[in-house]
This record gives sequence, C-alpha cells and structure tokens, in this order.
Amino acid sequence: MSGHSTYQPRSPFMQWMERRLPIASLVYSSFVAYPTPRNLNYWWTFGGILAFMLGVQIVTGVVLAMHYTPHVDFAFNSVETIMRDVNYGWLLRYLHANGASFFFVAVYAHIARGMYYGSYKEPREVLWILGVILFLLMIATGFMGYVLPWGQMSFWAATVITNLFSAIPVVGGSIVSWLWGGFAVGNPTLNRFYSLHYLLPFIIVGVVVLHIWALHMVGQNNPTGVEPKSDQDTVSFTPYATVKDSFFIGLFCIVLAWFVFYIPNYLGHSDNYIMANPGQTPTHIVPEWYYLPFYAILRAIPSKLIGVTALASSIIILAFLPWLDTSRVRSANYRPLYRQFLFIFFIAVIGLGYLGSQEPVGGYVIAARILTIYYFAYFLIILPLLGLFETTRPLPNSISESVLRSGVPVGASAPPPSGARR
Amino acid sequence: MNFHRSRIIIASALAASLSGIAMTAASAEDAPPRQHWSFAGPFGLYDEAQLQRGFKVYREVCSTCHSLKLLSFRNLADPGGPGFTEAQAATVAATFQVTDGPNDQGQMFQRPGKISDNFPPPFPNDQAARAALGGKLPPDMSVLAKARSYEWGFPQFVIDAFIEYQEDGPDYIHALLNGYTDPPAGFAVPPGGQYNKYFPGGAIGMPKPLSDGQVEYTDGTPATVDQYGRDVAAFLMWAAEPTQDARKRLGFQVMIFLIVFTGLLYLTKKRVWHAAEVDPSLLESRPPTEYPRG
Repeated sequence: MSGHSTYQPRSPFMQWMERRLPIASLVYSSFVAYPTPRNLNYWWTFGGILAFMLGVQIVTGVVLAMHYTPHVDFAFNSVETIMRDVNYGWLLRYLHANGASFFFVAVYAHIARGMYYGSYKEPREVLWILGVILFLLMIATGFMGYVLPWGQMSFWAATVITNLFSAIPVVGGSIVSWLWGGFAVGNPTLNRFYSLHYLLPFIIVGVVVLHIWALHMVGQNNPTGVEPKSDQDTVSFTPYATVKDSFFIGLFCIVLAWFVFYIPNYLGHSDNYIMANPGQTPTHIVPEWYYLPFYAILRAIPSKLIGVTALASSIIILAFLPWLDTSRVRSANYRPLYRQFLFIFFIAVIGLGYLGSQEPVGGYVIAARILTIYYFAYFLIILPLLGLFETTRPLPNSISESVLRSGVPVGASAPPPSGARR
Repeated sequence: MNFHRSRIIIASALAASLSGIAMTAASAEDAPPRQHWSFAGPFGLYDEAQLQRGFKVYREVCSTCHSLKLLSFRNLADPGGPGFTEAQAATVAATFQVTDGPNDQGQMFQRPGKISDNFPPPFPNDQAARAALGGKLPPDMSVLAKARSYEWGFPQFVIDAFIEYQEDGPDYIHALLNGYTDPPAGFAVPPGGQYNKYFPGGAIGMPKPLSDGQVEYTDGTPATVDQYGRDVAAFLMWAAEPTQDARKRLGFQVMIFLIVFTGLLYLTKKRVWHAAEVDPSLLESRPPTEYPRG
C-alpha cells in the first residue's frame, strides 16, 4: 500500500546517488509519504517506542560490554566496577536493566493493542507471526542478559530454565548438557550466554526490518478495523505520525527516567546483589517480572513435561491467533462479547503474573490452575466459537465517516475546528 | 448457547481464584519497621555526619568479621560520601595492613594501606573465616544494603513505586541489629546460634554485635544501639551505592529536560494536527495512493 514515490532529488549528488542506490527515495516513501490511517490512537505509538527502546538497549549494551568480564570469578565484580568506577557506569547499567523491563512494558502494550483491534487478521498474518518471533527472541535475549551479572538469581534462574529442557523425553538430558557446555551451569554457560546476548539483538534488528516491511505491504490497522479507502482516510507518516510518536516516546522516557534515577532496583531482585553460589539455593527462585505469567503456567501443572509443554504453548499459541479467531470483524469496538472476554483475559494474565511471584502453595496453586485453564480456553474454545455466534455492531463505511461522526477526529486531541487559529 | 451464563461462570471462577490469593497472603508482623532516611525520596542525599558515624561503627565493630572488599579508601573522599579529605582517607588507609607482592624475592609481604587500596578483608579467605568463627561465614558488606529487602506484598509494592521508597535494605539492617530479643515460647535456638526476630528463620549465627555506649560518638549523637544501627545501615547503603547522590542530582535535571521537551512535542503535535483539520487541503494535496481494498 506504499504511496508512489514522489521523491525528486534536487542536488546533483542525490540525483547521481538515486540512479545507483535509491535509498533516499526508499526512506522517503517508507517514513515520509507513507499513508497512515488518520484515526490511529496512542496505542499505535508503541511500535515506535519499541524501535526506540531497541536502539537504547543496543547502545547501552555495547558500551557495557566494553567493561564487562564474562567469567564466573569476575562477572559479579566487573558489574560492580561498572557501577562504581566507570564514568556514568551506574547510568548505563541502570538504563540497560530498567530499559529491558520497559522494552517488555512496550511489547505487552503493543501485543494487547494488536489483540484488541484484531491487527492479526487477514491480510496481516505474516506481520503478526513476525511479531511473535520477535517476542520469542526478546524473551531469550532478556533471559540471557539477566544471567550475566552472575548474582544468585542469575545463576538459579539459569539453572531452573535450562533444566526445563530435561523434560524432553530421551534426548532431554543431552540437550541440557549441550546448553550448559558441561554437567552444571558454569563458566562455559556464562560465556555462551554472553555471546548470544550480544548476537540476538542484531537478529532482532533483522526481524524488525522484516516486520516493518510486512507492515508497509499491508498497511496499518486502525481502531475501526476498516481499511483505508481513499486519501481522506489517511495522513502522511511525516509529520503526523512522527510527531505523535515522538510525543509519546517523550512520555515513555519520563516514566523510564523515574525508575532509572529514583528506584533503579525496584524491578530487580535483591538476591541478585549476592554473588552466585552453586552451593546455596535461594529460598524462593523467581524470574524477572515480565516472565511471571508464563512461570505461573509452568508451575500450575504438576507434571514437568506437560508443564514445560504448556509454557511453550502459551507463547507459540499466539502465532495461531489469526486462525483461532474466526470473526470477520477486526476491532473489539464492534464486538461487545469479545471485548469482555478479552478484558477477562488481560486480567487473567495479570493475575498469573502475580501468582508467578508467589510461592506455589495452597490457594495460589488452585488460582493459577483456574487462570491457566482460562488462558488456553480463551484461545482454543472462546475465540473460535465467538466468531460464529457473536452479533457484532455495524461497522462504519470508512475511516473518515467514523471520524466525522464522532465530531472529533479520534487520532487528534485538538478540539473540533471552531474558527482558525492563525 | 447462552453467553451470559458462561460469562458469569467464568467471572465467578476468576473471583474465586482471586479470593484464594487474598487468603494465602502473608501477615507482616515481622516486617522491619521503616525508618526515616536522609537519602530517601527523589531529593534525599546522604548525611555526611551520619556516614562518618556509621563508618566508625563499621570500623570498630563490624570490620572484625565482615569484609568490605569492593570499597576503596579513596571512596571515603569521593563527593557524595562521608566527606573525608584525601589526607584523612590516606590516614585511615595507613592504619590497615594490606598484603602485597610478590616482591623481588618472590615473597608476599604486609605493608600499610594506601589510598588506592580496597579495604582488606579481616580473614585471608572464606575457610579461614569459618575456622575462626565456629563454621560461620559473615557476608561481605560491599553491597549488603542492596542484597537485603523485605517483600511487603500487594498493595504496598505498588505504592512504593509511586512514593519512590526503596530503603528496605537499610531498614532490614537497622531492624536486625535491634532484633535480638528473647525467643518466643517453644522456639528452639540451635547451638551456637542466637534468636533474632527479623532474621529469616529466626536463628542467626552472629552474636549480638552492639550494645549501648560501645562506640564513642563525639558529636553529641546518642550512643545507643538504635542509633548505631541507623548510622551503620546508612553507611552500608552508601557503600553499596556510592553514586546515589550523583544519580539523584542528574535525575532531576533529566526530568526537567524531559518534561519541558515532551511538553513542546505535545504542542507541536497539537499544532500540526490542528492545521490539517482547519485546512484539509493540506492532506489532499498529496500525490494519490492506491488502496487495494478501496
């Protein structure tokens, strides 16, 4: 749906360049002239926020890697050296650690927006699946990054998570030794996690390029779920989307700065300031907060193999969402029942997150089981049936019609035109 | 198919699971009482005099058993710390004996500490510490104040994010030093252990380290265990996070910048979108685009 490139190079150099490598017109058609629905709300800014956060993580990460020592005897102290003796090392580390958390805040908002407005539906299935792959890559990268400071939680999280693979029948034990590079989590494990933690972000960059490419083939979804039909339905990416994204990135940075500068250890675990000790198991091993819902699903099931299968399925199932949701209507705004089930789903995920942080005893286990059943029932039973039985509300004929009917363009926060200001 | 009924069933099942959460929530009777810290909150900075008193307590009491390996003598003279001069820090360093070497004869040797040295540990290795202390290993104190916390649970942990409270580590250290009480009836204190109501499990290996009047204060501050505990906890917080004052100062500047910049971005956004509404020709003057489903 890309617009015709109207980029006309003016300078002789750019004309020369255009005939050899038309990169300027590619950027122009992708990020300037690209038509974007005029009714996008602020939930659509999280894509830009994610791109921004990926940049922040790579820049801070590359500098941290200049000072970090990937060795079991030195890793913990090298992180403390960064905190104490490297110029602004505390800022780099706290930005990187809290940045990872906020990367996940943004990706969860981005996924929730996709689910609410049905952004995974035809023709955006490949775009959505690429997003699920990005989410998986983020999970792997975040997990390996958490191991690097080599604190107690780093070590024991690595032990618990790599041990999950031992549930695989026959080859499980061999896979775990292969992951460890030995017979326990040790120096070879730390070294390969460091290597992969440096590699995966660049694979993420590559998949992000595919994600954006796929996006620009099919165009953005919008709050009505009705495709743009004419130029009245769209605005150009620059300046309209650019300035709106920038504003929200600014707001996002304020919240990030709140954590980085004032409560930098709030999202971490105090046990990770104790150096890894293979001889002493912490009383309560918990992963980072952004994995807690999946951790709760794992622990809700008594059988290890089934638990691990459920854990993997709970993420993989997202890739099948375009086909599990049978409704032809995209936006939850026109699907009253779907909307309620979806909000219950969001509450269930938050509930699982809380349960994942608690010890699996008594009522917590029962609660986790109920919420796990709802998690899977939502995808496998509710969504397929809902599309067949639900009575949806009438859709607007076009984006511009919905914008004009509500009086205020949904995407704009400015008041309705009541006389020109200047 | 009755969706309303199935929705009610699901909602009540979820409500039941949430009440399960409420029932199992732990009681907070052994929670370390929260103290007033000069370094709490967005503008809270370390109190120089308190850090100096805390250092005195560490040096005269804690350092007999606890190492402080990551802290250097030069840190005592760093800005945002106890405010020693370089000469004072060098004097402190010289009172410690540091193992150096090997020398030209291949021998390790002892020499007085220099300002560039880290605090030497009281025992040459963990095994020596265990041998001297009846099998117990006192933890290194370099990041101890960040390595201890208390799980307040919901809703306090949400409130703490807004009031910017993250002083659970020093609270715990202060509480622990004041937590040596008689064990409750029926509590079996293991041999060689002590009862401490704030130590997880209740039985701590460390004997009560402080008593009133043990460390002399010259600035008129009361020489009580309560005050010692507060001062040494503040000192250990600084030892764990010596860059905190710089962080909060820079944070304030960054916040001001971000709020002003984001405000300007908001006004720009408003202006740009408003112009397009007042004059739709701004949108229609674009070259035409093909919409596949148009």
